[in-house]
Formats: sequence, structure tokens, C-alpha cells
Amino acid sequence: MKNRTFFWFILPSLITMLLFIALPIVSVAVQSMHIEHEAVMVEVENCGPFGCKKELQIDVEETAKLKEERPLGQFNGIGTYTNRNHLAFIEIGLALQSSNGFLDFISKALNLPFYRALAFTLTYTFIVTPLVIFFGFIIALGVNTLPKRMKGPTIFISLLPMIVTPLIGSLILFWMIDANGILGSALQRIFDDPNLSLKASPALTWIMLMVYGVWHSAPFAFIVFYAGLQTVPGDTMEAAMIDGASRWERTRYVVLPHLMPLTVFILLIQLMDNFRVFEPIVSFSAQASATSLSWIIYNDLVGTESQFFGSAGATSVLTIIGVGILLIPVLIRTWRDFNQKVV
Amino acid sequence: MFLKTITFAGAIALLGSTAIAGCGISSGNVSILSNDFPAIQAVTSAAATCAGDGVTVETNLTKDHKDIMVAALTANPAQYSSVIVSNSTLVTLMNDGLLRPLDEMVAKYGAALNKNQLITVNGKVMAVAFMANAQHLFSRVDVLKAAGVDSIPATYEEVLAAAEKIRAADLMEYPVALNTKAGWNLAEEFVNMYMGTGADFFKPGTAEVAINNKHGVATLEMLKSLVAYSNPDYLTYDSNATQAEWEAGNLALATMWGSRGSAVLDDEGSTAEVVAGTVLSAAPSWGNGPRPASTLWWDGIAISTNVSDEDAEATFAALMNGISPEVVKANNDAAVWLVEGYMPSPASVGVAGTASGGAAPYPMIPFMGALHGAIGAEISDFLQGSESAEQALIDVEAAYTAAAKEQGFLK
Repeated sequence: MKNRTFFWFILPSLITMLLFIALPIVSVAVQSMHIEHEAVMVEVENCGPFGCKKELQIDVEETAKLKEERPLGQFNGIGTYTNRNHLAFIEIGLALQSSNGFLDFISKALNLPFYRALAFTLTYTFIVTPLVIFFGFIIALGVNTLPKRMKGPTIFISLLPMIVTPLIGSLILFWMIDANGILGSALQRIFDDPNLSLKASPALTWIMLMVYGVWHSAPFAFIVFYAGLQTVPGDTMEAAMIDGASRWERTRYVVLPHLMPLTVFILLIQLMDNFRVFEPIVSFSAQASATSLSWIIYNDLVGTESQFFGSAGATSVLTIIGVGILLIPVLIRTWRDFNQKVV
Repeated sequence: MFLKTITFAGAIALLGSTAIAGCGISSGNVSILSNDFPAIQAVTSAAATCAGDGVTVETNLTKDHKDIMVAALTANPAQYSSVIVSNSTLVTLMNDGLLRPLDEMVAKYGAALNKNQLITVNGKVMAVAFMANAQHLFSRVDVLKAAGVDSIPATYEEVLAAAEKIRAADLMEYPVALNTKAGWNLAEEFVNMYMGTGADFFKPGTAEVAINNKHGVATLEMLKSLVAYSNPDYLTYDSNATQAEWEAGNLALATMWGSRGSAVLDDEGSTAEVVAGTVLSAAPSWGNGPRPASTLWWDGIAISTNVSDEDAEATFAALMNGISPEVVKANNDAAVWLVEGYMPSPASVGVAGTASGGAAPYPMIPFMGALHGAIGAEISDFLQGSESAEQALIDVEAAYTAAAKEQGFLK
């Protein structure tokens, strides 16, 4: 395609991307560097059904004047990024000085909300992503060997976890693993422990969320791999069979290399998705034991009565940076492969 | 009410022109945003009967009203001419100047109001309350009796003793429940318990937090002793969960919202045995504290700043019709009404007892929301046993301070 044609071809999507992706991200970044105006307070008497009390209130008129002058609020630079509820530079510095030993430092860092969320987010990402790819591949191989008549229904059933809305899927599981639910009471029987509760211990909660993550995402990997399996060249497979390659050897030396680009694709998508893990934490009511970066953003915006836009903006920007860091190795690899092919 | 349950279903009812009741208005657009529970449904549907020639009434009842109210009222003209507010949401809306004083309208339409229904801030009426709510004790007297406890506990120390007897008698392993879901609910339990000590949350006259003291530590210790008798899943328990557990007969002593009382005592969702044994009573006090360990809440009417005077007046008049004595009479057991003509019922003795016992209202302070959020996020570590009470309080104070700085309450 000529450069000129390409330009006109890509222009509409370029404009929409600029308007609906790039600009909002810039506005979030700008917002994250501002905090609200200093509140002008007055002490007034509040009365209601339960009596009167002198309490501080915001002087609305004075505060409105400040807002009029500078609608964005006070400029705070990277102050919100470094405060205790985010990167916590001061607290981390203190922890470095005062902790005896590496483990003590880690436990002090994990007491801070951002690092606690980051710990779960990264663990989730690095455990769920490979498992999703592994199970997706296994299921695809299995379904591919089924007789033709059974393939359709099997594929449909295998895709169900992905079709069900994440929030609904996790809520259903949440009820099933309740101590009174079918899975919860079954586990209590199996382990002969009437006090076993998946919701009570942080470790079990983490495992439960990851099992959910794999259950929910494996169908995606499966369907991509299954499509890929249909394109494995028949000649090469036959040649391998004639050479006496076993089923395992054919999978290892013919199928896997053929599916490698698809694996990289799934890896990219899953790293991004899993780093933004959110719904299961809400519907499993798991925030006491596990929080994620996305959950922190949500909590800043709807968790309390007042909304923390600057704080939510800062966490969003940090999440974007995190996704970027995660993807760099994969992108570099893809770029190298691409260049090699050209040469 | 005040649930933090994630309900993504908001009920939107568009009510067309039907009956014309004597609301005394001839024109205007009325649109009401509110929480969603039976008492409020009664109020808004009665207000909707004012629709007719030149008057339209729209209502949006949703548990997520808190999340949309600021944005909806900041718009000019505002999306809703009225929000049904409570102690805490009134302050949030007033912080941004989104509510108008009601004095003139009260003089014109509010002849039937009790004086204690008027919520005044700095001498101006900002809201008209119509119902009260509080968390208080629910007891199963049949279970208590079987365990050898003859009176309903009046203090949390007695609650603990009774729970131990129930457990020892092998009646129930986990007889106690509070709304302890991590986040807003758990923080509310801390606020209730801390209120029972009579101590202040902030240094007087400032936004500086002051809960890291012996009262704070004692509050956390008391919560921990109580959850030791709760189901291990307690950090996932919100009002819906505790009500379901209660109605399933799995609990003997629980601190729940008064607005759940009529639902627990009705003949739906539970067995006759549970209903017959359930007795509501005032929130317990503890540690020789001066007042019941609970906070009083009210729900009331507030009118947007950013609507025309005509719409504001029509809205106020329609809502006065919504909280008229006739509506209250027809829905007597749905809430603890503050309106003239309300007859106390078994479902209301808990809230009434808590109020008459001298419980304090939930603080109407602009930075209370930030502290509430910090408490909800930081104290579950202590309850799970992974840090000390002192460390949990240090964490709460640090989280609050960072949040309050971002909101301009602290430098």
C-alpha cells in the first residue's frame, strides 16, 4: 500500500484513538498531579432529630471562589504519587532504615496499600497467565481429537466460563464456595474439617481467586489455540509420522513451534488482562485478603462518600506504567522476530 | 440501608400522569434520586401521585445513589431536583454547595412537620428528616434461655458472656454476627463501638485525627473478641448476609440495622421458631461507656441548588405529600418514622431504645468520610491477627492523613 493511501485508510481510527484513548489518558495524568483546594472551614451549629452540636463545615462560598479561580485544584506535582497511599517513598525509606532483615522490610512494605495490591496483582498475573496458556493448549489438543459430531457441543461447553459475565460467574462461585454452598461443604467433608472456610484465610482466598481466573480465561486461550490447530500443515505432520515421531514428539516439534506466534499473542493479552484483575475481588468480597491496583482505583471512586480523583488518577497512571513494563520483554521479542523475518 | 453491596441494578420508575392528589402544585418537574428500601419506596411512590396537569414526577431508586449524586447535582440544570439524603450524604452534597436552604418552603408547605424533623446547619434548614435508623442488638431469647441466660444483654461484655455460654452448651458454634464486611461496613462497626466510649474522632476544631489512643485500642480489642464468636467468613458479611444468617436460624446475637427489623420479624424467609424467639433491643454499651455503642442516622429530603425555583417548590410539595401522616399510617412498620402519627411497633423498639439511651448521631463532619474509608481499609489486618492494634491505628491515621491532604482538609 502506498504511504498516502495508508494514511487516509488509517486516519479515522487514528482520530478516534486520539480522542477516546490518548486524550483521556492525558487528562487522567493531569488530574493525578492536582489535589483539591484547601478547604475553608467554619464552625457552625448543626441541629437534627437527635439534638444540636457544634461541628466544622466547609465554607461553601469561599471554597467556590477558589474553585472558580482554578477549577483543577491545587497543583501537587508528583506529591500524590509519593504519598503513603501510593508509592510511599517516606514510609519505604523509614522501613529500609528501621527493619532488621529483608523479610521484615517486605512485611513493612506489604502493610502499605499500594504494595499490598501490587503483590497480589503480580502474583495473580504470573501464576494465572502461564496456567491459562497451559490449560488452553491442553483443552484445544483434546477437543481437536474428538469425533466431528461431538466437537460442536464440547466447544460450546468449554467456552461457557468466558461467555458468562465475569461478575455473575464469580458471584455464583462465591455462593458455591460458601460454607453452606455445594463446593464449600464438599471441601469440608473431604478434608474432614468443619471450620474450613475458603473466604476466611488470605492464602485460600488468593488460591480461590486464581482458580477463578484460570477457569474464566482458559477458554479464550483454548479457542485461539483450537483455531491455530486447524492450520497445522498436514504434510509436515505426515512426514513426521513417517519418520516415526510419537504423538508427543509431533506435538513438541511440529505443533508447538507452529503455534508459537499465537502463544505470544495470548501471552500479551493475558498479561494485560490479568494485571487489571478486578471483578473477582468485588464479587468474592475479597478485599480484606486481596486487593489489586484496579480495585484501589475503584475504591477511590466509589468506596467512600467522597471521591478521590487525584488518587485514582495516580493509580491509573501507575497501572499503565506497570502494564508497559510487563509487556516490554514480549514486545522486544516480537520486534526481533519480525526483523529477522524481513532480513 | 447504607449497604455497600454491589448492586448494579438500579430501579428506574417513570410514572406518568395519573391521579391528582391535593398536593397544592400546578406545574413543575419533580425528579428524585434515592436509596432503595421499602420505607423510601413508600415515600417516593406517594410523591409520584402528585403527577398530573403540568407536573411530572420521576424517581430513581438505587443503592448506588451515593456514587452518582454529586455529578448529577453539579450539572446545571441538575439531573435531579431532590436527593433523599442521610447524615453522611448531606455533608458530601453541602461541601460542594449543591443543596438549597428550605426555610421558605418549610414555612409554606411544612405546617404538619415536627420541629425535630428539621435538619439545620448554621441556622438554615438544609433537610427535612422523615425516618431514623441505627444498628442495635437482635437476640434469640429461646437460644439464650436454653443456654441459661435469662436477660437480654445490655452491654457487649454480657454479649460475650452469653455467646460463650451458647458455645459451651453446644447450641451454636458461631452465635454472634455484626456487619463486618471489610470496607464501609466494618468501618461503621468501628465507628459505632468507638462512639460508645464517648471519645472524639478528631482533635476539637481541627481535621486532625485522634483515634490512636486507649479508646481506639480498646475498641479494636472488643471487635476482635466479638468476631471470635462469629463465623470465620465474617469479613464478607454485609447486611444482606447477616439478615440471611439470622433468618436461617444460625445466629443468636447480632448487631444489625433497625431497618432490617420488620423484614426479620415478618413471616417471610424464616421459620416461626426464629421469628417467635427474636427480640430487638437497644444497642449495648460497653467498658462503662457513657452511651450505647451505635450511631443514629436519619433519612430526609433535600432539594438541589441547580434547579429552577418553580421545580424546587413543586419537588418539596410533592415530597411533603410523600411523608404525610397518611403515608406513614399506611406504612407504619416499614421504618421508625419521625413523622406525626407514627405508632411504635416491635420492629422499632431497638432504634427507639438506642436513641433514648443517648446514642450520638453519626458525625456530620466533612472529613468523616475520609476517616471512614481509612478505617475500613486498614483494620482487617488486626482482626485477622497479622498486626497489633496499635499498628492498625497508626495505619488508619496515616491513610486518613494522606487522604485528607488530598481533599484539602489538612496541609
